[in-house]
Amino acid sequence: MKRSYFSGPYALWMILFTIFPIVFVGLYAITVRNETANSLYAGLKNISEIFANKGTYMKVLWRSITLAFECTLICLFLGYPCAYFLASKEFAKYKTLFVLILLPMWMNFLLRTYASMGLLERNGIINTIVTSLGFERLDLIGTRGAVLYGMIYNYLPFMVLPIHTSLKKMDRRVIEAAQDLGANPLRVFYKVTLPLSVPGIISGITMVFMPSVTTFAISGLLGSGNFMLIGDVIEAQFMQANNWNFGSALSLFMTALILLSIGLLNRLDAGKNSERSEKW
Amino acid sequence: MVKLKRFFVGLKGSYIALILLFLYSPIAVMIAFSFNEGKSRAKWEGFSFKWYARLFENADILDALKVTLIVAAIATVVSVILGTLGAIGIHACKKGYASAMINLSYLPMTMPDIVTGVSLMMMFTFSLPMINPILSDISAWLSALFKKDIDLTIERGMFTMILAHITFDTPYVLFSVLPKLKQMDPNSYEAALDLGCRPMTAIRKVIIPEISPGIITGALLALTMSLDDFVISYFTTEKTQNLSILVYSAAKRGVKPDIYALSTIMFLTVLALLIVVNKRSTLEDIG
Repeated sequence: MKRSYFSGPYALWMILFTIFPIVFVGLYAITVRNETANSLYAGLKNISEIFANKGTYMKVLWRSITLAFECTLICLFLGYPCAYFLASKEFAKYKTLFVLILLPMWMNFLLRTYASMGLLERNGIINTIVTSLGFERLDLIGTRGAVLYGMIYNYLPFMVLPIHTSLKKMDRRVIEAAQDLGANPLRVFYKVTLPLSVPGIISGITMVFMPSVTTFAISGLLGSGNFMLIGDVIEAQFMQANNWNFGSALSLFMTALILLSIGLLNRLDAGKNSERSEKW
Repeated sequence: MVKLKRFFVGLKGSYIALILLFLYSPIAVMIAFSFNEGKSRAKWEGFSFKWYARLFENADILDALKVTLIVAAIATVVSVILGTLGAIGIHACKKGYASAMINLSYLPMTMPDIVTGVSLMMMFTFSLPMINPILSDISAWLSALFKKDIDLTIERGMFTMILAHITFDTPYVLFSVLPKLKQMDPNSYEAALDLGCRPMTAIRKVIIPEISPGIITGALLALTMSLDDFVISYFTTEKTQNLSILVYSAAKRGVKPDIYALSTIMFLTVLALLIVVNKRSTLEDIG
């Protein structure tokens, strides 16, 4: 028996439970359900529905993309200095600090969202402090800011990790060479460190943007349903409206959008050997 | 100059501290108030284990805990077997097939969770009504044979959740084992064969011991991922709840201290598992 046959069960499993289900998404997306005859026929009505309907779904999509974009941008601006400082000479020896930044990433995102709800809610700790200082109670839950906060809170570590990795991999001698050649610290950063950390930035952007654009539950819990995102709409199609065809079309559309943006991002990084560090 | 440098180091340190504060304050508040005597999530009314005791009286929570543990245990065992065998097979394959399999394994890791969830949900709901009549025939036959009530029919519940968990766990096992296989000296397996081992014995005696660190890391990762999953579980079951699903439905109704207690336990469990994984390899370069 050849050793390669050992991959048989795994290959079979992947075909049954990964490829097969994706085929289902595709098939449902391009078929339409006839309620009266209870039958399916081929048609692109569900795909066109995404663009039609007075742009309702386009609005949701646009909201998801802008929120995810803002979240990614803020994570980048908060996370880059953090990764940079952690990789610097003075702090590189404290490995525990870095592990502490990564730890929340491993915690269930629902629990993290639940914990931030406790902070923001009407009788939560922030409002207790605010009212004890003599100010009006703030309605934080249900605002766009709360949803954005929840996303940043959930995904910030995903930005720090790859940037830190790429900074750590950098050859320190390049920086020393730049310093020896008379570049001041600011110039060293802009001309050497920043360009060399671009692969890390790109994979950080992917790792934050991807989950934040597809998220559901965060917007429902922190936004009290006022800020439906594309993930919430998909969930509703499957769990409440029972319209699998439209849900599949949305899933397909969203996946295509994500693959496209990942492709574009990788194109930005073309030529350099991009080291996409996944969660691992 | 030295003073200025120390000032900058202080500045860097305080920035890191601020980020840590941002990340940990909600968790710290949650853990602290899970020990609160009163119902308030903002006013401290004294220390107690009251909410923890409540957890163990709540049948729903205990059921969900049981589901979470059973699913995680079975999914871990099966995915370790599938993933390890898969890695050994892929490692021995020709380049083209191997890279196709590796790319295929990346798919469930990069696909949005919600898409994985709904795709599995559709497949299960679609295929179960087709499989179940056959299964019920088999169960009737088995029941007659053993003179016991045997029901093999499958519903969208714990069983389908286990299948889904195996699906997303296995690639993680695969990617923890593959690097260990690459590090191995290929000659040792050949040597075992030359010395008269049968392939199975050679795998058991030569390959498995060499890659066992990868297998254990993979198992721990699979266990963590499985205990932690919400989105995919949510879509692959109907009535059966695991702990994450229970937290979600509780969260929709607002924040409650008993769920704080539950979340604290879940957080500490994952933390403990991660410390074990981290002892084996740094979080950064697993897999």
